[in-house]
Amino acid sequence: MIVYLVRRVGQSLLAVMAMAILVFLGVYFIGNPVDVLINPEATQADIIATTERLGLDKPLYQQFGIFIWNALHGDLGTSFVYGRPALEIILDRLPATMELALVALFLSVGIGIPLGVWAGLRPNSIAGRTIMGGSILGFSLPNFWQGMLLILVFAVLLGWLPAGGRGETTEFLGLQVSFLTWDGLTHLILPAINLALFKMSLIIRLARANTREVCLQDYIKFARAKGLSGRRVVLVHVLKNIMIPVVTIIGLELGSMVAFAIVTETVFAWPGMGKLLIDSINLLDRPVIVAYLMLTVLIIVAINLLVDVIYSLLDPRIRLSEMKA
Amino acid sequence: MTKLLDVRDLQTHFLTRDGVAKAVDGVSFSLDKGQILGLVGESGSGKSVTGFSILGLVDPPGRVTGGQIVFDGDDLVAGGEPMLRHLRGKRIAMIFQDPMMTLNPVLRIDTQMVETVRAHEKVSRAEALRRSREALVQVGISSPDERLQSYPHQFSGGMRQRVAIAIALLHKPDLIIADEPTTALDVTIQAQILSEVQELCVKSGTALIWITHDLAVVSSLADRLAVMYAGRIIEEGPTAEVIANPRHPYTRGLIDSVPQGKRHGAMLTQIKGMTPSLLNLPQGCKFAPRCPRADDACLVEPSLAPAGADRSVRCVHPHDEPPGKVLAP
Amino acid sequence: MTQVGISTPVRIDSPSRRIAKEFLEDPVAVIGLSLFVLVALIALAAPWIAPQNPYDLAQLNIMDSALPPGETSFGTNMTYWLGTDQQGRDMLSAIMYGLRISLMVALISLALAITIGTVVGVTAAYFGGRLDSFIMRVVDLQLSFPAILIALILLALLGRGVDKVILALVIVQWAYYARTVRSSAIVETRKDYIDAARCLALSNRRIMFRHLLPNCVPPLIVVATVQIAQAIALEATLSFLGVGVPITEPSLGLLIANGYDYLLSGSYWISLFPGIALVVTIIAINLVGDRLRDVLNPRLQK
Repeated sequence: MIVYLVRRVGQSLLAVMAMAILVFLGVYFIGNPVDVLINPEATQADIIATTERLGLDKPLYQQFGIFIWNALHGDLGTSFVYGRPALEIILDRLPATMELALVALFLSVGIGIPLGVWAGLRPNSIAGRTIMGGSILGFSLPNFWQGMLLILVFAVLLGWLPAGGRGETTEFLGLQVSFLTWDGLTHLILPAINLALFKMSLIIRLARANTREVCLQDYIKFARAKGLSGRRVVLVHVLKNIMIPVVTIIGLELGSMVAFAIVTETVFAWPGMGKLLIDSINLLDRPVIVAYLMLTVLIIVAINLLVDVIYSLLDPRIRLSEMKA
Repeated sequence: MTKLLDVRDLQTHFLTRDGVAKAVDGVSFSLDKGQILGLVGESGSGKSVTGFSILGLVDPPGRVTGGQIVFDGDDLVAGGEPMLRHLRGKRIAMIFQDPMMTLNPVLRIDTQMVETVRAHEKVSRAEALRRSREALVQVGISSPDERLQSYPHQFSGGMRQRVAIAIALLHKPDLIIADEPTTALDVTIQAQILSEVQELCVKSGTALIWITHDLAVVSSLADRLAVMYAGRIIEEGPTAEVIANPRHPYTRGLIDSVPQGKRHGAMLTQIKGMTPSLLNLPQGCKFAPRCPRADDACLVEPSLAPAGADRSVRCVHPHDEPPGKVLAP
Repeated sequence: MTQVGISTPVRIDSPSRRIAKEFLEDPVAVIGLSLFVLVALIALAAPWIAPQNPYDLAQLNIMDSALPPGETSFGTNMTYWLGTDQQGRDMLSAIMYGLRISLMVALISLALAITIGTVVGVTAAYFGGRLDSFIMRVVDLQLSFPAILIALILLALLGRGVDKVILALVIVQWAYYARTVRSSAIVETRKDYIDAARCLALSNRRIMFRHLLPNCVPPLIVVATVQIAQAIALEATLSFLGVGVPITEPSLGLLIANGYDYLLSGSYWISLFPGIALVVTIIAINLVGDRLRDVLNPRLQK
C-alpha cells in the first residue's frame, strides 16, 4: 500500500510539474513576458524593477527556475488590477467556489445515484425511461444554457429565487459561507442546481448502466436465493458494487466541477474564482490567470490522487493486488 | 406419505422480441423427503430454468406462466414473492454453477454468511458468526475464523464452492437445488464435493435436486433421474433402471455418448443434429428430427406415459429390449 | 466503412447497407437525422434564404430595436418572426448566420482533430513500446484536465478569433480520438493478419493505414458523434464567456451572450431563440449518435 501511495504521489507531482512547464512556456515563450506579466500602464522604472525580479533578462532555464522557486513560495505575481498578490486574491475567492462545487456535488450524488439505480432496476418502466431521457438532456445541453433557463423560469417568470450574487454570508469554521443563512441559501440554490445537472446526468447514466450489469451477475441471484430482502440486495449487494466506478467518476468530476464552475459563476454572477478568471481575462490581468491555472491544476491533481486512494480502499481486489505489487 | 415437492405442469416462458420461448413447457415431477433427483439435459433443455422457477428466481423477460409448485403443502406459484422470500435460503437453498460468480466480490465472507443467517432468524451477530463457522467446518474448511475475514477472490474455485455450500446449509434446509455445482471445478475437487454433498444430505435428510448435463456425475448420486429435452421431461425413473435400460431414444443416445473407460477402441455414438431453437420447435415430438426411430406417428406429440413399474417415458416408439444388444455394432 | 461487418461475415447485405437499414429502424433516430439535415441545410443556405443580411449595417434600422417576435418593421414592412436585437437586427437571420459559424467551427475542428488523433493513435498502437507509453502518458495527462479549462486558458493566452477557437477545439479533442483509435488498433495488431502482412514485408505505412485503420472506424464514428456535439457546446460556451469568436462573426453562443443582459429585463427572445437553435442542433446530433452507437457496437448485436 505504501509503495502504491508513494508511486501515485510521484505521478501526481509529475503531472503538476508538466503543467507548470506548459504554463511557463505559454507565458514566457509564446508571448513576450514583459508584455504578459508587466502592467501595460507601468512606468519605465517599474518595468526594469519587475524585469530584474523575475529575471527576464536571464536565460530561459534560469527564468524557469525563478518561476518555480517563486511559485513554491506562493508568489505567482501581482495583479495589475488590484495591486495585490494574485494568489491571495484567488484564495479570497476560493471558499465561494468550493461551497458551490461541494453543494453541487452533494446534489448530483444524492439525487443521481438513487435515480440511476432506480432506472437500472426497471429500465423499461415509464419512470426509468423518463429518468434516462432527462439525463440525456442534462448531459447534452450546454451548461450556460441550462443556467439561463433556470434564471428565466425561476427568477424572471416566477420570481421565486434571485437571479445572481451570493447573498448574505455567515462565518462557518472561519470561512464565509452562504448555505447557513436563508438569503444565502436562496442565492445558492439555482447555481448549485445548474452546476449539479451535468454531473447528475453523468452519474445517472453510469449508475444505471452499472446497476443493469451487476443485476445480471450470479451473485445477485445467489443473494436473492439466500432469502435476503429486496432492499438488502439493492442497498448492499448492488450498491457496493456500483460504488467503485461511480466513486471514480465522482472524484474525477469533482475536479472538473471546479472548472465548470467558471461557467456557472459567470451566468449567476457568483463571486468565486471562476468569475474572477473570466473578469481577469477580460481585463488582461494575466498574473491572476496564471495563478488561477496553477492553483486549479493543483486542486485537480490532488483530487485525482485522493480518488485513487479511496478507490483502492473500496475495491478489495485492487487493494490486494496493489499491495503485492 | 406426502411429497416434499410436487411440480405439476410447470410452464416458464420467456417473452422475447422474436416470440415466446417456452423454456419449460409442462414439466411435472415430485420428490420425497431426503430423496436425490438428478435433472439431466443438454444446455437449453430447460433444466436450470426449472430449478430457478421453483425458487421464483427466473429473470425477466422470463416468468412462470402456469402450473403448480407445491412445496410441503403450499403452492409457491400462487404464494408468490412473499411466500418465496421466507423459503429461500431457509427451507430451500440453491447452489450455483460457477463458484467464481456466486459470491459477491466486494463483500467479505462473514458478511455474506451472517446476512444469510439473519435474513431468517433474529439472532445476534456473534451467534450468526458462530453458526457460520460451524457451517464452514461442516464442509471441510480448515481455519474458518481466518476464512471468514477473507474476500472471495482469495479462495480457490473449489473452496468458493464449499463456501457456497456452507451458506446453503446454514439453515439446514429441507431441499437444496444444485445447478451444475461441479461443472466448473477440477475433476478431483469435483469428486470430493460430490461425495461430501451426498454425505451431508444423507446425514441431515435433505432432499436434493442435482441439475447437470453429465450423466456420469449424477448416476452415482441420484435416487431418481429425470431427463429433459426442449423444455419437457422425456423420461423419468429410478436411476439404476434408467441407466441400465433407457426407454427413450434420446436417453439412450445420451448414455451411448458417454465414453466407457472399460472398452478400449469401442466407437462412441453420437446424437445427430443440434438441439432445436426454443423459438422454432418442430411439430409433434421435439426429438423426432434427430431420432433414428421417428416416423409419421411422431408428428403428434406423445405424453409422458407410465412405462413399467415406477417409470415413465414420452415416446411413441420407446425401446423395450435391454440396451446391451443394441450397443454392439 | 466497408470493413465494419468483419465480425459477422455471413451476410448477404454489405455491412454499410446493413448499418443503414438497422439505423433507420429506430424512428427517434430518423427524426434526429432529419433534424440535423435540416439544420445543416439552413446553415449552408443562410446567405440565400435569410430574410436579411444581419451584418450589413445598411439593412438594419435602429428604429426596429428590440422588437418582440411577430412585430413588423417600421421601415420595410418586413415581419420579424423571432423579434430583433438591440441594433434592430432580425433574429431569424442572425440565427441562420450564427448556425453557419457554429457548425463550421465544429466541423473543421472535428476534421483536424480526427486526422491528428488517428495518426497519433495508430502510430502508438503499431509501434508500441516507449513511443506508445509516452504518447498515452500525454493523452492521459491531458484528459485528466477538463476540456473547458484547457480551451479557456489557450484562448486567454491567444485572444479571440475563429481560427483560434478552432485551434483550441483541436487541441482539446485530438486526445479522445488518439485514445479511441489506439485502443481498437492495439486489439487488431495482436491478430494474425497483421503478422501475415508483416511477413509479406508490406511497408509500415501501408499496414497501418490500409490494414489497421479500417478496423478502427466504427468506434471512431461513435466517438466523433459524441465529440461533435461536445465541440458545438464548447464553442458556444467559450463564445458565451467572451473568449471565443469575435463580435464580427457571431456564433450562436455569442448571440446568446449578447441577449443575456436583456434577459432579466424581459427581452427574452434575443437570447432564447438562438439557444433553442443551439439545443435542437445538439439534440439532433445526440439522437443520431446514440443510434449509431447501438448499431455499430458488435457487443449489442444478436
